[in-house]
Amino acid sequence: MGALLNQRFMTLAVLAVVIAVLPLVFPSSYYFRVASLVWVSALAAIGLNILMGQAGQVSLGHAAFFGIGAYAVAIGPTHLGIPPWAAILVGAVLSAVLAYLVGRPILRLKGHYLAIATLGLGVLIALVISTESGWTGGPDGMPVERLTLFGWRVSGSNTWYWVTGALLLIGTWIALNLDETPTGRAFRALHDSEVAAQVVGVDVARFKLQAFVIAAVYASIAGSALAFMNGFINPDQAGFLHSVELVTIVVLGGLGSIVGSIVGAAVLVTLPQALTIFHEYEHLLLGLIIIVSMIFMRNGIVPSLSGLFLRRARS
Amino acid sequence: MAEFLQFLISGLTVGAVYALVALGFTLIYNASGVVNFAQGEFVMLGGMVTVFASAAGVPLPLAAVVAVVAAVAVGLLLHRFAIEPARGASAVTLIIITIGASILLRGLAAIIFDKQFHKLPGFTGEAPIDVLGAAVQPQSFWVLGGTAVVVVALYVFLEHTLLGKAVLATAANRLAARLVGINTTTIMALAFGGSAAIGAIAGILVTPITLTNYDVGTLLALKGFAAAMLGGMGNPLGAVVGGLLLGLLEAFGAGYLSSTYKDAFAFLVILIVLFAAPQGLFGRRAVERV
Repeated sequence: MGALLNQRFMTLAVLAVVIAVLPLVFPSSYYFRVASLVWVSALAAIGLNILMGQAGQVSLGHAAFFGIGAYAVAIGPTHLGIPPWAAILVGAVLSAVLAYLVGRPILRLKGHYLAIATLGLGVLIALVISTESGWTGGPDGMPVERLTLFGWRVSGSNTWYWVTGALLLIGTWIALNLDETPTGRAFRALHDSEVAAQVVGVDVARFKLQAFVIAAVYASIAGSALAFMNGFINPDQAGFLHSVELVTIVVLGGLGSIVGSIVGAAVLVTLPQALTIFHEYEHLLLGLIIIVSMIFMRNGIVPSLSGLFLRRARS
Repeated sequence: MAEFLQFLISGLTVGAVYALVALGFTLIYNASGVVNFAQGEFVMLGGMVTVFASAAGVPLPLAAVVAVVAAVAVGLLLHRFAIEPARGASAVTLIIITIGASILLRGLAAIIFDKQFHKLPGFTGEAPIDVLGAAVQPQSFWVLGGTAVVVVALYVFLEHTLLGKAVLATAANRLAARLVGINTTTIMALAFGGSAAIGAIAGILVTPITLTNYDVGTLLALKGFAAAMLGGMGNPLGAVVGGLLLGLLEAFGAGYLSSTYKDAFAFLVILIVLFAAPQGLFGRRAVERV
């Protein structure tokens, strides 16, 4: 137990140091922006990893919750006069309620049927967002008011770097702790064998639903942060391709590995930025890199590499 | 009545394309257990290669053959270099590989061809035919007829040839199939090639009606996957029925309810069907082995 506590503490400490030290080597505010994008995607991916890696349920429509969080902070202040900070909470609560309501029937499904149901849910929500243009600005998107906290106007790439970094730390801390609670253990039991979990008295339906709701709230808060940071939001953030990106981050980094989700986000967010120098070959290379890394590191980057190191250390 | 008929025929036409995509999905899924999200790219390739080959002066029928051959080659390469090396990986990993393949193919198409929309001329003219008051494009009959031919040909192949039966055996039980001497790797390659051909044919047939560009594959793959699930994954007949049903739903939904939410009906119905029948309409109730 002491060792585990230590490991958890070490993970958080290393992450905090990385967040604190990176700005020392950043040559321009562009790097702050890209890094903030990494922290936001990592936050959403950690939530999804709780659902996929720990509870073993797939979601191909998770960007919908990201979109709900993003549009809550866009629509709330603009159309309804809700203060921006409160709109974050409204988005999170909306996402949680929606996940709770649709989670029960959806999570009864298994395998590919669960995949298509979550995919359908995601597509539906994205469609509503891009169609109800009176509220959402339609496919063109809409501007987002700046976030003000206690009279402090949060803006600028550097400021958002620290805000999203702090959010990621909190999200990581919660996820790491969850892993060691009875709920976290129930999730892992579900992942290993649903039947066995049920036999030892785990309320399978309840825990699946909990994981789904937690993942939805993570995505929603990440969405809100991105909307504030960009000052603008469009329906692509809620779309199928963004859902796929989130799932790819989780699987690429390593299912069930929280550090993996952060590494996966770093790879998948910075890669397209780096590949823009190849202009039209960008998508071709991105697809190629996804295929090759999934073939050679099918368990994900972090578990594959740490497995390699452990084997080296033993031999 | 004329309006109803109009929606019916346009629904069946779109549905036939969904059915072909779903059929391709099912073929690959049955042979290899892979859900191939690059299925829509075969449809895109079918349309795009035909457009560019015929623009280069190749007569249309020959251009169509070239397109099918190109798609089959891509399907075989996909199997050889992306699916085969990842044998034994988890279902989600394989899904992500096929999504990576679809991003790659889309990027490749944007470079080799372009990002514009393209149209093919109707195979037998463009003048609408009057069917009991409904104006029907002659190409609709080509789509419906072509789909029927593909479905019948696939049925005959699977049920009445030795190779087809080997495909069915591999689908039923891969290990047992290998034990009786079936080369399951060849069968899987065959499934990818066949599925690519079916997708390309769908793309060629429908391009005169819906246009094509490098990006049409994504939504088609989603709809095809949805159609396959609606019918019950792994059931070829279910895939065809699911596809037609999805097309009809969209056409009638767009016609009578709301055209802006055309794409929503399909997914709404799928959610409702899955809530009521978690194995799809024609799926077998799975018994879980512990």
